[in-house]
Amino acid sequence: MENQKPALMVAALENGTVIDHIPSDKVFDVVSLLGLSHIDTPITIGANLTSHKMQSKGIIKISDRFLTEDECRKLSVIAPNIVMNTIRDYKVADKKTIQLPDEIRGTIRCQNPKCITNHEPMETVFDVIDKKNGVLRCRYCNKDVNKSDIKII
Amino acid sequence: MRKGFTLFFFLFFTDKVIHNLLNLLHIIRNFEDSKHYSVMDKTGRSLISLEGLDRNDIIRLLDQAAQFEARPDRKTLDGKIVATLFFEPSTRTRLSFETAVNRLGGRVIGFSDAATTSSTKGETLKDTIMMVSNYADLIIMRHYLEGAAKYASEISPVPIINAGDGANQHPSQTMLDLYSMRKTQGRLDDLNICLVGDLKYGRTVHSMLTAMRFFNPTFHFISPDELRMPEEYKEYCRKNGIRFEEHSVLDHDTIAQADILYMTRVQKERFTDLMEYERVKDAFILKNSMLEGTKDNLRIMHPLPRVNEISQDVDSNPKAYFFQQAKNGLYVREALICNALNLL
Ligand SMILES: [Zn+2]
Repeated sequence: MENQKPALMVAALENGTVIDHIPSDKVFDVVSLLGLSHIDTPITIGANLTSHKMQSKGIIKISDRFLTEDECRKLSVIAPNIVMNTIRDYKVADKKTIQLPDEIRGTIRCQNPKCITNHEPMETVFDVIDKKNGVLRCRYCNKDVNKSDIKII
Repeated sequence: MRKGFTLFFFLFFTDKVIHNLLNLLHIIRNFEDSKHYSVMDKTGRSLISLEGLDRNDIIRLLDQAAQFEARPDRKTLDGKIVATLFFEPSTRTRLSFETAVNRLGGRVIGFSDAATTSSTKGETLKDTIMMVSNYADLIIMRHYLEGAAKYASEISPVPIINAGDGANQHPSQTMLDLYSMRKTQGRLDDLNICLVGDLKYGRTVHSMLTAMRFFNPTFHFISPDELRMPEEYKEYCRKNGIRFEEHSVLDHDTIAQADILYMTRVQKERFTDLMEYERVKDAFILKNSMLEGTKDNLRIMHPLPRVNEISQDVDSNPKAYFFQQAKNGLYVREALICNALNLL
């Protein structure tokens, strides 16, 4: 069992979602973003696994749960380039890398307390300046988002 | 005879074509004009920041301002009402804008302090803007929150001019700085500019860097260590090929090469270490004696209000330019107002 590969863990899932290539330090952010501590279907959470692509990665396997567009958008913000596998009947029905869009609307809060978006009933808008490194800039106050402290709405 | 007729016809034809082409160019230019002001802007004529302007846009605005300097009193705004909404008091900026409107023959409504408005009763900015846009043809606003003017421009049916939004943007100040530099130096290209004082929080010095990227400047950043130019702006300079040197003392050798000496306030409240403030506060004060041996064309600028960073004995030096600089703000603002209302 010690050498069991993530692929085998995927195969064990009948229906659900496998979120792969999560940076190890973001695994529990993903858990809290998806509210996984409140659901009662089986969940497998792996962290600090070795990976070819990344130094160390995390993987989350959730039974009988599929992600919404909105959840994918939020995931792209906290952990750019993670891979989402949708499993149906033990097979990978859909596999996609969740990438940052060009702009992000209403998903995150601006961290600048003096930003207008924190004082008016309005939608936040962030321009994605650098997709690879996940650099986001508030379109209103022009401040960059500090990645270690992203606040999801 | 026939040849002559053909030639005539050809001339007539080309004339019409040229006329149409000119019309088309005019339409494209107008479209580009509005595009440059702000992308999300509802009216297409708001001025929120200078970011979208290119070299030609800047020069065109400065040329227009020069025409207002030649003849500041006009009736261009006859019958127009301009609102000045100052959610944060700024007497100098407000007086300058209101004078510009008055010189153009327009009327002013508004408030000079949020304490006198309903925003203190919890009214949203949106509601205030929508209410005022019922009355005014143009809104000039200053706000303590960053991004307030941009948001207003997205919802307002009348154009917005940003007169300062927190630490973010203050485009009319930057334009008057550029105007003053060009006027005193006869050009904007290839200037040697010393920026002195608070380069960390100074909004005006940051906007100047971005607006000057088209004009091949050499900057000297002179500041206490705690208030150095932030890394993101130095990175901006490197990316845009803007030369700069950093200095931690205001020394004569650096001033001696300068065309423009741009002083800013070193405010006590900006320091985390008050001992550090006490140590450096006098090191960034310009005294008249320091101006000996500087270039004849050197001019000393300051966004005002000054506290003590330029000693009073500098005022009578012909190189002192900060009061004229403020006056230039009037002409620049006349040009910005007429642009926003598409009256040029
Ligand atoms: Zn913001």
